Amino acid sequence: MSFYDQWSAILIAAIAGFILVFTALIATRILAPFARERAKGISYECGMLPIGRNWAQVHVRYYLIAIVFLLFDVETVFIFPWAITYLSLAEFIFWQMILFIAILSLGLVYAWKRGVLEWK
Amino acid sequence: MEGFGPSFAFWVLAALTLVAAGGVMVSRNLLHAVLFLILTFIGVAGFFVLLSADFIAMAQVIIYVGAIAVLVLFAVLLTPRSGRDNGETRWALPGILLAVCLAAIFLFVVHDTAWNTVDEAPAGLDARALGTALLTTWVVPFEIASVLLTAALVGAIMLTRSPEEEAEDALV
Repeated sequence: MSFYDQWSAILIAAIAGFILVFTALIATRILAPFARERAKGISYECGMLPIGRNWAQVHVRYYLIAIVFLLFDVETVFIFPWAITYLSLAEFIFWQMILFIAILSLGLVYAWKRGVLEWK
Repeated sequence: MEGFGPSFAFWVLAALTLVAAGGVMVSRNLLHAVLFLILTFIGVAGFFVLLSADFIAMAQVIIYVGAIAVLVLFAVLLTPRSGRDNGETRWALPGILLAVCLAAIFLFVVHDTAWNTVDEAPAGLDARALGTALLTTWVVPFEIASVLLTAALVGAIMLTRSPEEEAEDALV
């Protein structure tokens, strides 16, 4: 099996995903009734008219959630080469990844204690 | 590795990447620009697959499409006046000039270099070999990487949590 044969499954999945999303978008455009009025665009159907633009600055605390996501994203990059090799290696290789995840979990515990994950 | 499939995939990916990169520049809405940027990253990941670099393709998808895109998205959302559109700028003409100069240099270098090619992907560069090397020979740097990531997380929390917020949280 050549290198490209392995990736043909991903290609087929990508094409199938594209067709699914595209047909869903096109079908709603064709089948669903649309009422294009200015009043449809406002936040509340019955109520006061909103003032200003529709842009609200996001609080900086949400940036921390992005950073927590980023770190565990980078962790995933390390897990991938481990996941395809650890069965063919010695058993302590498995525990090395557990240690890796445990050290990173300490960071998550710290973030949790400091209330970074609190929703307010 | 030559054949119809890879060269067809190359041209499709090249078209996708270039159109998406153009979309980043042209789109007025900054959020649409970020979405086009994600499409560009996916195209680049496809190029890595064509170059038989499967681990780098995976890392490209996870780091760039996942993490960097989220960071850019948050940067746009956190910027106070980014709700205004990608307005007219006086720097369009110098920017185009610079891009043309850069493209000329790149074309010259690409054309001038004697590219050494091999038929098969060199052994020891795929994700399996990388995982084995990472977990046997380089296991100490691998574990230190997790300490580094934890330190980065703690540092980010220390920097962004203000004392007022801490006091606020203490009251609740």
